[in-house]
Amino acid sequence: MIRLDNFTVKIGDKVILKNIKFTFEPDRVYCLMGPNGSGKSTFAYALAGHPAYQLEEGSKIYFCEEDITDLSPDKRAKKGMFLSFQTPLSLNGVNAFQLLRLSLGEEADPLSLKKEIEAVAKKLHVKKELLSRSLNEGASGGERKKLEMLQAAVIKPKFVILDEIDTGVDIDALKSIGRFLEEFKKGRTIVLITHYSRILRYINPDKVLVIIDGQIKREGGQELVAEIEDKGYQFYR
Amino acid sequence: MTDNQSLHFDYRYGFSMPEKYVFKTRKGLDSDIVKEISYFKKEPVWMTEFRLKAYQAFKKRPLPSWGADLSGINFDDIYYYIKPTEDQKKTWDELPREIKETYDKIGVPEAEKKFLAGVSAQYESEVVYKSIQKELARQGVIFVDMDTAVRDYPKIVKEYFGTVVSPHDNKFASLNSAVWSGGSFVYVPTGVKVSLPLQAYFRINAKNFGQFERTLIIAEEGSYVHYIEGCTAPIYTSDSLHAAVVEIIVKKGARVRYTTVQNWSKNVYNLVTKRAKVEEEAVMEWVDCNIGSRVTMKYPSCILAGRKARGEVLSIAYASENQLQDAGAKMIHLAPETSSRIISKSIAGRGGRTSYRGLVYVSPRAEFSFSYVSCDALILDERSRSDTYPTMKIETWKTFIQHEATVERLGEEKLFYLQSRGIKKAEAEGLLVNGFIEPVTKEIPLEYSIELNRLINLEMSGSVG
Repeated sequence: MIRLDNFTVKIGDKVILKNIKFTFEPDRVYCLMGPNGSGKSTFAYALAGHPAYQLEEGSKIYFCEEDITDLSPDKRAKKGMFLSFQTPLSLNGVNAFQLLRLSLGEEADPLSLKKEIEAVAKKLHVKKELLSRSLNEGASGGERKKLEMLQAAVIKPKFVILDEIDTGVDIDALKSIGRFLEEFKKGRTIVLITHYSRILRYINPDKVLVIIDGQIKREGGQELVAEIEDKGYQFYR
Repeated sequence: MTDNQSLHFDYRYGFSMPEKYVFKTRKGLDSDIVKEISYFKKEPVWMTEFRLKAYQAFKKRPLPSWGADLSGINFDDIYYYIKPTEDQKKTWDELPREIKETYDKIGVPEAEKKFLAGVSAQYESEVVYKSIQKELARQGVIFVDMDTAVRDYPKIVKEYFGTVVSPHDNKFASLNSAVWSGGSFVYVPTGVKVSLPLQAYFRINAKNFGQFERTLIIAEEGSYVHYIEGCTAPIYTSDSLHAAVVEIIVKKGARVRYTTVQNWSKNVYNLVTKRAKVEEEAVMEWVDCNIGSRVTMKYPSCILAGRKARGEVLSIAYASENQLQDAGAKMIHLAPETSSRIISKSIAGRGGRTSYRGLVYVSPRAEFSFSYVSCDALILDERSRSDTYPTMKIETWKTFIQHEATVERLGEEKLFYLQSRGIKKAEAEGLLVNGFIEPVTKEIPLEYSIELNRLINLEMSGSVG
């Protein structure tokens, strides 16, 4: 699905991710774990194409074997990439419907889109008034994350990065998100970025990656989670 | 206007023209031209005198020393009066083809079919097309062009004309008072609520042509009316001047809303004096959206003259390359328990400049008054500029005044967020800008807000290429 080659990312002069080589397979759930400052969010932003993150020459990103290294964020999204933000910003005067309508473009029928949004909102327990309001405005942490999921559900991407979907979320919201992901993951590649194992109660990763100091230090199955819980990230340095 | 050109000749005072001829004053302004205009319109003596006095005031008054640079206006190079067709046409079919095409482009007939209560469309300096539905007449509502009003309703016009905006108010109000032509006259009798908005369309399209329309709205006690003016102008090359005056009298317990969606072409000096006198427990709302023009100086005002009077100004200004939008509002609190609210949203891009200029005055008598001012500026790039000039003159302690101002850049992070949803950068910018002005656009009728959003997207698309 996504193949990274020599993936080296800088902000200004500072190198954050070093020479990552990795392939994300289709129809798999990955869990990217690591301590604060290890480069987890950089990983998410750089993949999505944030302009502040520069790739070192020779770094390559392939989407289904197509080189997307130089594509703008919107073009990457059109290929099927989706980033759920750690702290989704509130957008004054822009509601979920307006955003999604532009996102899907002309082919989307406004009426069926509206119905679809409402149906997904119901599934995720998103309050109806949040849909007509400016996106994320006055929304709690959990509501914001659920609205991210709502967008993913409507856009239907193939490759989904969830940056700390479990941060700032109460237990009920986390349950709704977990239940949603259980169904949503089918046929997609999901990358869960987290530093807690909390979310893993609701969704089972096929593979766990430990990222420390900008490098993938360890790969393994679910058993790795228990090891991290037990020994802490220190162990992998 | 080929007919217009071939028929045009310099008109001399006293010379009587055959009825069907088209009339145009020579360029420039002197008291003879003022007299000619009045003579040609067959106005009563009091109006001729009013015009002449105003002309004297205009001559004496220097250009404003503050605000925009107006030195580019050449008062001698302007036609102050052009009459495009002889009579006012009652039906659409009777209109000249060229004028019809112009209106087709801005969608007048469709709009009328939908929900217009009456159309009073201004073509060049005169209202040429007008239709009033029977319902309005039945309610006793008068909605005619100002020239007709002077002729048919002299008593009421004479009572109110020039009482809210004096011909000595400012240079451009003086000029308008001297040479005004067209505009609307609206009279709403006591207790009558006009359920559909009254609409007028304006369009300038003669070279070197100034438009000086004059609007007077009188809302009697407990009445309600919403008046909408939508202005678009085609592009032409030499400088043009638009100096309008709008006077509104809102009597006890009445409510008037005046909505403007204006898109002058980029060489127009748009210098408009809009003022309302708001009496006891009455409400005046100005919704003012300005795109286009070279310079706009416009500060819709409310004189809150009666106890519990309320005034509101919601405005949007968009300035692009070589444009200055100097817009704002004035709230004059003269009576106790009066309240006002000003919400101003401005956007500057491609080196454009916006200024908010506002005045809140609370007189010693206006105890327990309340005023809220919020002005937000959005700047799209480094070349653009925004300034805020708020003035607060408060002469009583027993009042509550609030002022908020923000300036922001179009946020990179928000753009990235939208782009990560597959939205192109230019579209994302448009979405954010339209979101920024949404608190105001939601107050204007849907068809206008859609048009406004489109215009802004159009402007924006130029900025990103």
